[in-house]
Parts: sequence; C-alpha cells; structure tokens
Amino acid sequence: MSTLLIAQSLSRYFGDQHAVNNVSFEIHKGEVLGFLGPNGAGKSTTMKMLSGNLAPNRGEITINGYDLLTEPKQAKAQIGYLPEQPPLYKELTVKEFLYFCAQINQIDSSRIKNATDTVIERCGLTDVTHRLIGNLSKGYQQRVGIAQAIIHTPAVVILDEPTSGLDPIQIREIRQLIRDVATEHSVILSTHILPEVKTLCDRVQIINQGQLIFSDTIAGLEHNMHASSLLLTLNSPPDIAQLQQLTGVITVESLNSTRFKLHYQPDSNPTQELLNRAVTENWQLTELSPEQHSLEDVFMNIIQQESSTQEPIS
Amino acid sequence: MFILARNELYRLFLSPLAWVILALSQIILAYLFLTHIDYFIQIQAKISAIPGAPGVTELIASPLFSNAATILLLLTPLITMRLIAEERRNDSLPLLLSAPLSIHQVVFGKYLGTIGFFITLLLLISLMPLSLALGSDLDFKLLSAGMLGLCLLVASFTAIGLFLSSLTNQPAIAAITTFTSLFLLWIIDWAGNTQVAGESSALFSWLSLLSHYQPLLQGEVNSSDVAYYLIVITTFLALTIHRLDSQRLN
Repeated sequence: MSTLLIAQSLSRYFGDQHAVNNVSFEIHKGEVLGFLGPNGAGKSTTMKMLSGNLAPNRGEITINGYDLLTEPKQAKAQIGYLPEQPPLYKELTVKEFLYFCAQINQIDSSRIKNATDTVIERCGLTDVTHRLIGNLSKGYQQRVGIAQAIIHTPAVVILDEPTSGLDPIQIREIRQLIRDVATEHSVILSTHILPEVKTLCDRVQIINQGQLIFSDTIAGLEHNMHASSLLLTLNSPPDIAQLQQLTGVITVESLNSTRFKLHYQPDSNPTQELLNRAVTENWQLTELSPEQHSLEDVFMNIIQQESSTQEPIS
Repeated sequence: MFILARNELYRLFLSPLAWVILALSQIILAYLFLTHIDYFIQIQAKISAIPGAPGVTELIASPLFSNAATILLLLTPLITMRLIAEERRNDSLPLLLSAPLSIHQVVFGKYLGTIGFFITLLLLISLMPLSLALGSDLDFKLLSAGMLGLCLLVASFTAIGLFLSSLTNQPAIAAITTFTSLFLLWIIDWAGNTQVAGESSALFSWLSLLSHYQPLLQGEVNSSDVAYYLIVITTFLALTIHRLDSQRLN
C-alpha cells in the first residue's frame, strides 16, 4: 500500500499558544482518515498546514513524494482542499466557477471541459449548473466546494468539517458523496461529529489541545467501546447481595426497584450464571443487555485520560 | 496568471460597481470636456492671431487628463478595496492559496485584471479628445504622452490600493486607507513647493505622484518620471507579495 501523505512532527504556534504540537501521521492510498477532536483542538490548523495555507513552525509534509515546503507547486497539485467555509465566488455560476477552478489547477485546456462535466455529474450538480452559486442552498454550496476540491483528481482530498451547518438530509447526501469520492481518492476528514467517523472512516485520529492522543482503526475504536457492564430488569428481584455474589461481579447499581446495572471484571462475564440463577430462582428476567459505550463516552474517556496522564496512548 | 487576471476582470464586470463607475466617470468627464471646449471656442478668436499659441490639444486634452487624474484618485480605492480584502472576508482566498499557484502569480493576476479594467476606462476617456480629430489637428505626440502619464498614474494607484487591500479583511478600511495614502501622495507636493527650497521639500516634491505627472501632460517624457512610477508599482507589488507570504508564515 503506497503512502500518499506523510506529516512529520508538525508544530504550529500562535504566539505562546501551541495550536498544533508535534503531530505526525500518514495516509495510505484509498484510505479515509478521520480527524476527530473538540472545537479548538487544532483540527483546522492541521488541515490548513496540509493544504499549504499555513506554514508549520516545525515539521515536514510530503505529498505523493513532493515536499510541500520546497516544491509547493507540485505538492499542491496533488491535494484538493475544502476549508470549513467553502471558498466560492458567489457571483459566478456553478459551471463558470468550476471551469475557473479547473484552469487554476492547471488542467490541460483540452481536458478542462471534460473534467468540469465529470465533476458536475459526480457531485450531483447537473440541475444547478447555470445557477449563481450565491443563490444555492448551503448543501449545494458544499457540493460545489467538494467539486472544486476533486476537479483535478488529486491524490489526497482534505475536507474540513464537510457536514457542519447542513440539515440531516443534506448531511446524508454529503456523506454519500464523500464515500463516493473515497473510492478514487484518499480522504482526510475533520469533524467533531462522532457517528460520522464511524460511518465514513477507515482510521481515526483524535486530537486534543494540539496533540495527537489516539490513532487507530475503526475496529480499534470499537474495541474501546465494549464496556464491562450489563443492564438487567428483574420483576421479582433478589437481594442485591445475592447479585453481588455472582462470579466476576464487582458492583451492582440499583437503578430503581427492578432495574440493575452490573459491573463485572472484563475477563469473567457473569451472563451465563446470571441466566441460570434467574431461571432456577424465578427472578422473572425481562431485560438483559450488555451495555455499550457510545462513541461519545469513548471520546470523553480518551480525552480525560489524556488530560490526567498527559501521555499519548496507542 | 492570465487566467486569474481574466477571472478578476470578469467578476468585476459582473458587479454593478464597475458599470456604475464607468458610467459616472464618463458623465463627469464629458461635462468637463464640454466646458473645456466652450472655453476654447471663446478664446479661439483672440489667440489665433498670436504665433505659437497653445492649440486644441493643450487647451482641451491636457486639462481633461488632469481632471481625469483627480477623478481616478477618487475611484481607484473603490475598485482596489475588494481585491484581497473581500476575498478574505468571503473566505475564498484559500481557493487560490491551495491551488498550484505561487503567491506572485496570484498578486500579478489580480493586478493585471484590475489594470485591464482601468485601461478600458482610459480608452473611453481618450475617445473624447480623439473625437476632436474629426474637426481639427491634434498633437498626437502630446496626447500620447498624456495617455502614458495617465496609465502610469493609474497603475501606481492600483499597486498602492492592492497592497493596502492585502493588509485588512475589511474592504471599507482598505478603501479609506488607499484614498488617504493616494491623496497624501498627491498633495505632499504642496509642502514641497511652499517651503523654502531645502532638502526635505525636494524629497517631498519628488515623492509626489502629481509632480511626476505634470511634465507628462505637457508632453515631456522624462525617464526619471517614468522610472518613478515603475518604482512605485514594483515596490507595492513586492510588498503585497511579501505580505501574503508572511501571512502564511505567521
């Protein structure tokens, strides 16, 4: 698998503030990398550095073999960038704008028309080709923004919060479009919406206060989501002490008179024993479900763990 | 670079601002043109007897170009304010910065596009004195010296405006600072003239955009005047490039 983008120990300061501190990562061909983090964590700053809009104070960026700092033109030809606010000329029509983008991205004049038409079709802009960008809805403007980023078929597409400010239907459409884009390009995507990462990305990096604190595949993230607790409802419950005696159970939390939460040791799951006891002793079991951490919990855990230990995990 | 220039010019003409400026400057200058003609007709009989008296070009075209310079001083900030400040305000600057273009291509592109607009304006203005060629003899050399002066003047105005537009993200502030700077460079000459000749006043006089324009209007093309304008243009374009570059770094 070839590596398309390498960022090495990127740092960026604004005055005394470390917006991004010593961040390194790589992107391989055909991969969707999710950049996750709370607002102000340094996601956009990283994206700006990758797209050449901001020079890093320290570190190196290599895109498809070209160093962004020493060969900016060649490197920039390999990236498509959609900032948080799509950079659009609102007084132009969609077609005029994309034509201009094709030109400044140095597409051969013989291929410009073709490239424009292809990208219009791919991004579902066929119905609005001759409308002014300023009159389009936010969702369509975002599509034009994505079209602008992929028109020169770059190796890496960088999307900064592509679904922010859209309504749920538009979000679904844009996600579909991103999935479609990901079949041909490597994509770096920043977001603070967690389910988005789960549906779109192959790999996740969590950034907080300018530092990379987690980097793993989606499967790895899901592994973090398994919690060692059970939720159960018993219509004629025994003493809490009895539940406590089940092998592996650490604590029992009583949510109300019939509902309980069991925390157990990760390596000894008491579900089987609990079922047997419930049947033999007629506890009238009506609900039994393993509890799953939501992505939010994992996210918060990782961030809090980080701020208490100050050591990167993974 | 030429793609950017064309795009800049195209977008300029999509906005009503460009058309309004073209139309209004034509109205004002046409009125002034007519008053100059009126004046010329009045004194024509008196001066016709004098040998070596100023002709139609000196009495109509030169004052008209001089007026045009004042009007352009007022109009340039309105056109240049949007160049970079507005892009920044609309967040469209990243489009150019992340494209495979160097900063100087961006700056030259924008500059050339704007110059394109002003050349259109100047051609329209020069049509007025040229129309006199139908009924009288024009001194074409004097006329072209004046045109050259006006072109250089506007090119310097634009360079200064472009630089000041790159300093801010508020077009209005760019317009005001540009106007103030241009006006100051215009009148700095007064200080140069009124004071007793000394080192500083000579410097002020040299700095003035106006004092280098006057000789051109009178048909004197001095390489020092042309060089002055070229220095102004180069300096401010270089400053703009530097400014955009340093913004990426800091």
